[in-house]
Amino acid sequence: MKISRIILLVSIASLLIVLNSCKPKGPVGVTTGDAASKVYVAPGQYDEFYNFVSGGFNGQMAVYGLPSGRLFRNIPVFSEDPMSGWGYSEETKPMLMTSHGYIPWDDLHHPALSTTKGEHDGRWLFGNANNTPRVARIDLTTFRTAEIIEIPNSGGNHSSPFITENTEYVVAGTRFSIPLGDNRDVPISSYKENFKGSISFIKVNPETGRMNIEFQLRTPGFNYDLSRAGKGPSHGWFFFSCYNTEQAYTLLEVNASRNDKDFIMAVNWKKAEEYLAQGKGKKEKVKYAHNVYDERTHSATSKMIEEVTVLDVMEFPDIVYFIPCPKSPHGCDVDPSGEFIVGSGKLAAVMPVFSFGKIQTAITNKDYEGDFDGIPVIRYESALHGEVKKPGLGPLHTEFDAKGNAYTSFFVSSEIVKWNVKTLEILDRVPTYYSIGHLCVPGGPTAKPHGKYVIAYNKITKDRYLPTGPELTQSAQLYSIEGDKMQLLLDFPTIGEPHYAEALPASLIKDKSVKIYPIEHNEHPYAAKGEKMARVERKGNDVHVYMTAIRSHLTPDNIEGIRVGDNVYFHVTNLEQDWDVPHGFAIKGATNAEILIMPGETQTLLWKPLTPGVVPFYCTDFCSALHQEMQGYARVSPAGSNTPLKFSTGDTGGQK
Amino acid sequence: MKKLMTVLVAAAILAACAPDKPQVSETTGAMKSAVEEVTDPTKGIGQVKNVTLHNPLDAERVQRGLDIYEMKCSACHKLDDQRVVGPGFQDITKRRKPEWIMNMITNVDVMLDEDEEAQKLLELCLMRMPNQNVSIGDARDILEFMRQNDGEK
Repeated sequence: MKISRIILLVSIASLLIVLNSCKPKGPVGVTTGDAASKVYVAPGQYDEFYNFVSGGFNGQMAVYGLPSGRLFRNIPVFSEDPMSGWGYSEETKPMLMTSHGYIPWDDLHHPALSTTKGEHDGRWLFGNANNTPRVARIDLTTFRTAEIIEIPNSGGNHSSPFITENTEYVVAGTRFSIPLGDNRDVPISSYKENFKGSISFIKVNPETGRMNIEFQLRTPGFNYDLSRAGKGPSHGWFFFSCYNTEQAYTLLEVNASRNDKDFIMAVNWKKAEEYLAQGKGKKEKVKYAHNVYDERTHSATSKMIEEVTVLDVMEFPDIVYFIPCPKSPHGCDVDPSGEFIVGSGKLAAVMPVFSFGKIQTAITNKDYEGDFDGIPVIRYESALHGEVKKPGLGPLHTEFDAKGNAYTSFFVSSEIVKWNVKTLEILDRVPTYYSIGHLCVPGGPTAKPHGKYVIAYNKITKDRYLPTGPELTQSAQLYSIEGDKMQLLLDFPTIGEPHYAEALPASLIKDKSVKIYPIEHNEHPYAAKGEKMARVERKGNDVHVYMTAIRSHLTPDNIEGIRVGDNVYFHVTNLEQDWDVPHGFAIKGATNAEILIMPGETQTLLWKPLTPGVVPFYCTDFCSALHQEMQGYARVSPAGSNTPLKFSTGDTGGQK
Repeated sequence: MKKLMTVLVAAAILAACAPDKPQVSETTGAMKSAVEEVTDPTKGIGQVKNVTLHNPLDAERVQRGLDIYEMKCSACHKLDDQRVVGPGFQDITKRRKPEWIMNMITNVDVMLDEDEEAQKLLELCLMRMPNQNVSIGDARDILEFMRQNDGEK
C-alpha cells in the first residue's frame, strides 16, 4: 500500500517535471549562457543604439537604449504631458490644435527616421496620429516635437508616415475611405459610389525639415494599411498595401476577407509631380492645422490652412498600378536593394515577393489581368519574384539585414522567421512571447541596415513579468541576429502599446544633442533675461509675472496685488546655462500642471486664483542643496480690492 | 592707439581660441609637473594664463560686461559686499588676480574641485557656482566691468 502510494507520487512528480519542461519559460529557461553579457551595459557606459518606439494609444514616442533595453525618455507628441507641461503651458498648447479644436490625445503607431540616399541621417523622426490624422516631426537634437501637420481628407492616418529615399516626401495614406468632396452627408451603404481613398504627399524642406502638404492623390475607395517608398532602382515609386477591396462597410472581419487577393498599390510619384507641374492638380477647400514650435521664442504657433491640391488617379491612370496580393496584406516592405517588395497577407498561406524590375516590364507590356475603377491590375505572376512557402501563420511585417536576409513577424504563430530574400528559403525561426506585431532591425527599412539585433514588439505579455492586476506592462524582446541562428537575449517592458519602432547607431546623433538654450538667443516676448528684468505687470484682469529661476531662488518670490478673477501668467525663465539644470514651477490650486523649464528657456503657466489668501509656489525639480528653499508666496485679495501690486525677492524691510 | 590695437588683437586671439564651453584637458604626469613649476596658484586653474590690464578702462567692454552680468550673474552676486547666494563683487579685483577671476567664471567645475580658494568659497556659500556658459571673451568683459565697479577709471 505504502510502496504503491510512493510510486504513484513519484510518477505524478515526474509527469509534472516533463509537463513543465514543455512549457516555454522565462528568459532564464530559453536564453543561452552568454545572453546576459551581450546586453549588459556597465554603469556609466553608453548603449550602442537608440531605439525609438511608438507608444500606440499613449500618443508618445519612447526612447530606449540597445542592447540594454533601458528607457531614457518618453517624448510627448500627440499627448499632453503634465510632467513637462507639454500641452499645459501656454507655449505648447498650439501644438495640439487641430481643425476640430484642441486635442490632447492620439494613437501613434509608426516612427520614421529621416534618410539621405536611403540611409539614416539622424536629423528627424516622424510619427503619425492615427485617429485625428496628423504627422509630427521630432527634432533629434532636442528630442522634442518640433512640428505637427494635420492631414485633411483622411479617415484615419494609419498608412503613415513613410518617407522617400532623401526625405523628399513623407506620405500619409488614409486607412478608412470616406466620402470626400463637397457632399459628405451620404448613406453609409453608398460606400462603392461615394467613398474614396486619399494619399497625402507631405514635402519636407531639406534644410529646416518644415513640412507642407504638396499634393494628395484621390484613390479608389477601400482600406489603405501600410506603405514603403522605393529606393535605389525603385526610387520615385511608393508601394501601399490595400485591403477591403470588397468595399465592405460593416463587419469587415468577415466581409473584407472574402477576396482571394487584395492589392499592393504601386504609385509613380515622379509621374504625379509631372502632372502637377503641368497644372493638372485641382485646388480643394479644406481646413487643417499646421503647428510649429520655434526654439528661439520657445513658443508654438498654430495656423489654419484652407486649401489642398488634389490629383484624382482615376483621371491619370499612369500614376497608379495595382498588384494582386493574397488575403488582406498588412506589411508592404521594400528590401535594401530596392528591387524586392514583400507583401504580407494577414490570412495568407504564402508570402509573395514582388520584383520591381518585373513590375516595370509588365507595365511596358501592358501585362494586365483587368482593371479596378479604371486602374490597371498587373498580372500576379508577371510581377512575382517568388513566394515564401509555408512561412508561418499571420505574417505582418518584414525588416532586413545587410546580408540579404529578411525577418518577418508572425502574429498568429507568434514567431520571427528569417528567410533569404533572393532564394526565398526559410533559414531559421524563433518563438516570441507572445504574439508579435511589429519588429525592428536597426536600419532595417533603409538601404544600409545596421543589423546586429532584431527586436520583437509583442501584443500580449501575459505571464512574462510580475503581475500588476488586469493591466499589464507591454513588452519587447531583443534577439541577436549576428550568427546563423537568432538568439533571444532580453525581455524589456515598454510604455504604451508598441507598434513600429526604428533604431539607429547612437553615434549618428549623440554628439549633436542640445545641452542648453543660450539665454542670449531667447526671444520669448515674456522672457526675463536676468533678474533685473523680473517684474509683475497688470493689464486689465491679466497679470504677467516675468519670473526668473536660478539655483536656488525664484524672482520675484513675494507677489501682492493679485485679485480673485485675475488670469495670472507665470512666465518663468531659467537663467541657468549648464547642462541638466532644469527648474520646475508649480502653484497650489493650479488646474493645469507644472512646467519644467530647461536652461535658458521660458515657459508660462496660467493660474486663475479662486479665493483670497496667500498661496505658495515652488520649484518642482530638485536643483541644489537649497532646492527646498526655492519657494515663494502670492497674495490673493478679493475681486475689486485695492491691494497695491508689489513684488520683490530678498526684501525683509516689512518684517516686524 | 598702438596700445589699444595690441589689446584688441590679444582679446581677439583669446576670444577666437576660446571654446564655447571650456574643456578639461588631460595632462600627462610629466607635463603636469612641468606645468606646476611655472603655474602661479593665485591665478587659478584654466585656460586663462595671462591677462594684461590697461587704463583707462575700455568703455565698450564695461558695457558688455554689465549686460552679461545682469543676464547671467546678478541673480547671485550683488555689486556691494553683501553675500546673497555668492559673494558680493565689491573689491573682488583687489582680492583676486584677473586670471583667477576669469578662470573661475569659465572653468568653474574644475576650479571648485581643485582650487583651494574656490573650495573655501564653496564651504562658505554651500552652493556650487553654476557654469553659466560664459566664453573667455565674455569673461574678460565681465572683468572690465568688475574693475569699474571697484572704482577704476
